[in-house]
Amino acid sequence: MKTIDTTGLSCPEPVIRTRAALQTLAAGEQLQVLVDTVTARENVLRTARSLKYDAVAADRDGGMVVTITKK
Amino acid sequence: MFEFDDPNLLVGPQTSDDAGVYRIADDCALVETTDIITPLVDDPFLFGSIAAANALSDVYAMGGRPVTAMNLVFCPACGVPLEALRAIMAGGAAKLREAGVCLVGGHSIEDDELKYGLAVTGLVHPQQVVRNSTAKAGDRLILTKPLGTGLISTGIKADMADAQAVEEACRWMTTLNALAAKLMLECGAHACTDITGFGLIGHATEMARGAGLTYAIKRSSIPVMAGVAEMIDCGLIPGGLYRNRDHYAPMLKADSQLEDDLLPLFDPQTSGGLLIALADEDATAFLQRTAASDCFAVEIGHVVPKEAYPLLIR
Repeated sequence: MKTIDTTGLSCPEPVIRTRAALQTLAAGEQLQVLVDTVTARENVLRTARSLKYDAVAADRDGGMVVTITKK
Repeated sequence: MFEFDDPNLLVGPQTSDDAGVYRIADDCALVETTDIITPLVDDPFLFGSIAAANALSDVYAMGGRPVTAMNLVFCPACGVPLEALRAIMAGGAAKLREAGVCLVGGHSIEDDELKYGLAVTGLVHPQQVVRNSTAKAGDRLILTKPLGTGLISTGIKADMADAQAVEEACRWMTTLNALAAKLMLECGAHACTDITGFGLIGHATEMARGAGLTYAIKRSSIPVMAGVAEMIDCGLIPGGLYRNRDHYAPMLKADSQLEDDLLPLFDPQTSGGLLIALADEDATAFLQRTAASDCFAVEIGHVVPKEAYPLLIR
């Protein structure tokens, strides 16, 4: 599973990097996006869902991670 | 700490109004404000024009006439070409000329990130100051620009905003609130504020709380810029919008079941429109005059006696 770290980046950078990373994935592959703000978490979830991909967010190690499954 | 005991200080920092007002003669008061922003478009001239329209807006919102301005430039020691800085200030100066305002000086300082704004001084008759807290029950509420500049600006940063939507947003952000303010004064507005960082919901809530009344707003009547829905779908939502929502959502009661439906109303605006409260017949006159002068104005709700919430959205 590919992981990108967007912690410390301000909006809309996490969304831009998520969309770029998703383009390199094949259908069925998963992407983990590490985020550290609610703004980034909500925006990454939205951008994934706007592309009709499944996306879920969870807390992890004091931060947050959004897991996206490309269709 | 922020209380200054001076009978000539007509509007000070306590009431969170748009600008300070200080009386210098029986028939004249100064309106003083400053506003500084970070670049939200690539074109430096356009950025300067937006920053100036944004800084002047607070004077218009108080019912004042802006007369002088000073440039405030925050700039990294390297990385910003001199021509770009010149273009930013040329954009600001062009907007000041349009407003009939003189540039009288300014100041620049080294900073990590480029910022530009102005300190603006205006004049107003002490009896004609239009505060944000003086609406009356029964007033009708009118908004003079559509919402969405924060969302579209975020789309610009991500290079995902539609060219036409960007053009429209830039046209609104460079539009002076001068004409709307002039017509509001002619029609005897009770209260006014300009919609900026707290979004429509934030500023409407502050106006209602200041007056001890409730603002009832109709969601379907609120004008929103083209492209805003796409920005929300794609997650191109500025952090300020979420902060406004977290802060102001507990203070409002909304009928809408769709949370996304309210998001544009939390969007922080740059150089947003005026939100004006006018008595029934004055609102009718205002809408007629704005229509006749090609000035955008939409009725979005009305003021009711105080209820449990300062803001109702139907």
